[in-house]
Amino acid sequence: MSEEPRIAVYVCHCGTNIAGVIDVERVTEYVSKIPGVVIARNYIYMCSDPGQELIEKDIKEYRINRVVVAACSPRMHEETFRRVLERSGLSPYLLEMVNIREHCSWVHSDKDKATLKAIKLIEMGIERAKRLEPLTRRRVEVLPSVLVIGAGIAGITAALDIADAGYRVYLVEKEPSIGGKMAKFDKTFPTLDCSPCILTPLMVRASQHPNITLLTYSEVIEVNGGIGKFHVKILKKPRYVDEEKCTGCGLCIEKCPGRAFSEFDEGLGKRKAIYIPFPQAVPKVPVIDPNHCLYFQKGICKVCKRICPANAINYDQKEKIIEIDVGAIIIATGYDYIDKEFLKDYGYGKYSNVITGLQLERLVDPRGPTHGHIIRPSDGKEPKRIAIILCVGSRDITAGVPYCCRIGCVAGVKHAWYIKSHMPKTDVYIIYQDMRTFGKGYEEFYRRIRDMGIILIRGKPGDIEELPDGSIRIQVYDQVLDEVLEIVVDLVVLEAAVVPSKGTEEIAKILKIPRGPDGFLLELHPKLYPVETAVDGVFIAGFCSGPKDIPDAVAQAGAAASKALALLSKKVIELEASVAVVDEDLCSGCGLCIAACPYGAIELVRKEKRYVAKVREEMCKGCGACSAACPAEAIKVKHWLDEQIIPAIIRGAR
Amino acid sequence: MKFPKPRILVIACNYCGYAGADLAGTMRLQYPPNALIIRVPCGGRISPAMILEALRSGYDGVLLAICHPQDCHFMKGSELCTKRFAILKYLLTSLGLEPQRVRLEYISAAEGEKLAKVIREMTEELSKLGKSRLILAEYIKTM
Repeated sequence: MSEEPRIAVYVCHCGTNIAGVIDVERVTEYVSKIPGVVIARNYIYMCSDPGQELIEKDIKEYRINRVVVAACSPRMHEETFRRVLERSGLSPYLLEMVNIREHCSWVHSDKDKATLKAIKLIEMGIERAKRLEPLTRRRVEVLPSVLVIGAGIAGITAALDIADAGYRVYLVEKEPSIGGKMAKFDKTFPTLDCSPCILTPLMVRASQHPNITLLTYSEVIEVNGGIGKFHVKILKKPRYVDEEKCTGCGLCIEKCPGRAFSEFDEGLGKRKAIYIPFPQAVPKVPVIDPNHCLYFQKGICKVCKRICPANAINYDQKEKIIEIDVGAIIIATGYDYIDKEFLKDYGYGKYSNVITGLQLERLVDPRGPTHGHIIRPSDGKEPKRIAIILCVGSRDITAGVPYCCRIGCVAGVKHAWYIKSHMPKTDVYIIYQDMRTFGKGYEEFYRRIRDMGIILIRGKPGDIEELPDGSIRIQVYDQVLDEVLEIVVDLVVLEAAVVPSKGTEEIAKILKIPRGPDGFLLELHPKLYPVETAVDGVFIAGFCSGPKDIPDAVAQAGAAASKALALLSKKVIELEASVAVVDEDLCSGCGLCIAACPYGAIELVRKEKRYVAKVREEMCKGCGACSAACPAEAIKVKHWLDEQIIPAIIRGAR
Repeated sequence: MKFPKPRILVIACNYCGYAGADLAGTMRLQYPPNALIIRVPCGGRISPAMILEALRSGYDGVLLAICHPQDCHFMKGSELCTKRFAILKYLLTSLGLEPQRVRLEYISAAEGEKLAKVIREMTEELSKLGKSRLILAEYIKTM
């Protein structure tokens, strides 16, 4: 506090809302005599234009430096009066609002007592106003560009929305092609439209959009700065194929002698050492897998280099660091399935006729390793009996996955449809715990497929064993029949639990986004701010914040894009000035504030020979949990200091 | 100037308790005029010092009106406040403070009625209690 407080107090009549109960003249007269108060007035509507002008005029005429407005709730008009102060050249934080309407005139009918209470409340407000500090909101320019991390259906949707609005988008994907998990599906529930048919046009549009810079086979490795201007370092892995020169003719792939299991086909099929993950991949540029390439392993071959008509093969390509600046970031890093180790309990990896739901998708896909035929992997024969097991790891505390995956039940039903529509005579069992078909059209879909003659068994499977002929025997306790059943099938499909992807974990560390107990990224608020994160300017879309089906992921991507666009269109933003600040001389580096902070906004930094707490202002929301925890009163939230609040409290007791 | 007794300080968090009190006003619910409401950004901001200073300076009771823990705008604030309050209340009551004098209530922005009810209840209970023994101890010290 540099200057002596010169306070102006305004008592609003709010028509008769306040003046009908509270004697505003008496209040004004009383408070005008309080030391520090230069002028006290009352007016019929303080929030009206003449009311606001009154304040502006007084500020100039009486050199006012603190304003107390006794009117309605600050939740109603604090911003209005803060703007008045701003227009008059005062810091908006020099305003104190006293609520004499909702908290006084509206709840009390005894006029005398209500008037006394109003005076008391204003006295408290004056006490606080005297101690307010002129904070200034930091103004930050917002760069007109967005980084979207992860190019699955959520990332692509968000990128297109932003690019269509005319802003630059950097779409980063760690795999050689964009498309994500959805590219691996044959069909989507409950409409059963072909997954690539709805996804690939979006992929192509994203790659051709003039406002989108596509960075595939790339990973974000470092982010500095904050909202408005994030400085991002991206590592581009070497493809050993020049993206500019390559025409995507595919000659190199045809001639390549190297073989490996295809990641895209979930290990069911083979690919070459130089490969395009799948026919509709974007960009349609091959990548060399050095682990299976004869040149990289033994220094021989070079067939691809010799045959390439565009001279695009470059064995000397190195990792490249790309640096960009963006105004906002959208994370859409998706999910993975539970570790394959866990699936061993269900026979996966031990018995070749136990496959995952995603592998079934690859079998059914006409582009897949069997050209759309469902076979037993052990002998290639058509299975006559198939069991689909739901909740493999999901809702299983021992598996570390206490949550529902939200997609397994309907995916299982869809898989039953795949089988029934390909091979109507095949027996299909679904072993489930609860059939959760919550989405639009999902219950109807389930009923329709069930009526095709699916056998439903409610229970959890026990022993799963392979018989000598390769078929699988499953023991399951049927809760409905109260009996242990034993079924023998040719093929078992596991609907595996979902977990946050590796990329999600990594980006959470890089951007310091808090994660929930389930490991998924934490939204700023589960209901009010579902696409915002604790870090201002960073938004989330899709599975990375928790299980979602495609419609939800797309909807959330749209929401994240609109939030990012709202930020970008402001061009300049003001950061909240009421944030925590550390007095380094008092701080002992105990770390209690770090434990209290819900946003991970505080860190310990070295200062000479000791550690002190440091607040990352762009992450601080000003809640004050740290300051209440600090034993030394070393960390404080500006505008909500103990020395501003406690004198007001004491004044109220007098 | 005789302000009505018993004097109650309500420390309300911005997003729930304070908004709940606003709603009580909008609904024109009536409660005794002896409660003074002060705003803090979050339950997590409420430091033990605020409560102690309030009791020392002469309030007959202190009410913390904060979010239901799962609804906290700042995620952990209400939970932190609840834990801290439990310890403080234990200490104060061990020193002889009547437990009715300090109270924590979860009051959401939709629970104006609850806020009015709690203030009415506290007013009644504190009127019966009279002056706080701890305040008397303070008074004796200054003699």
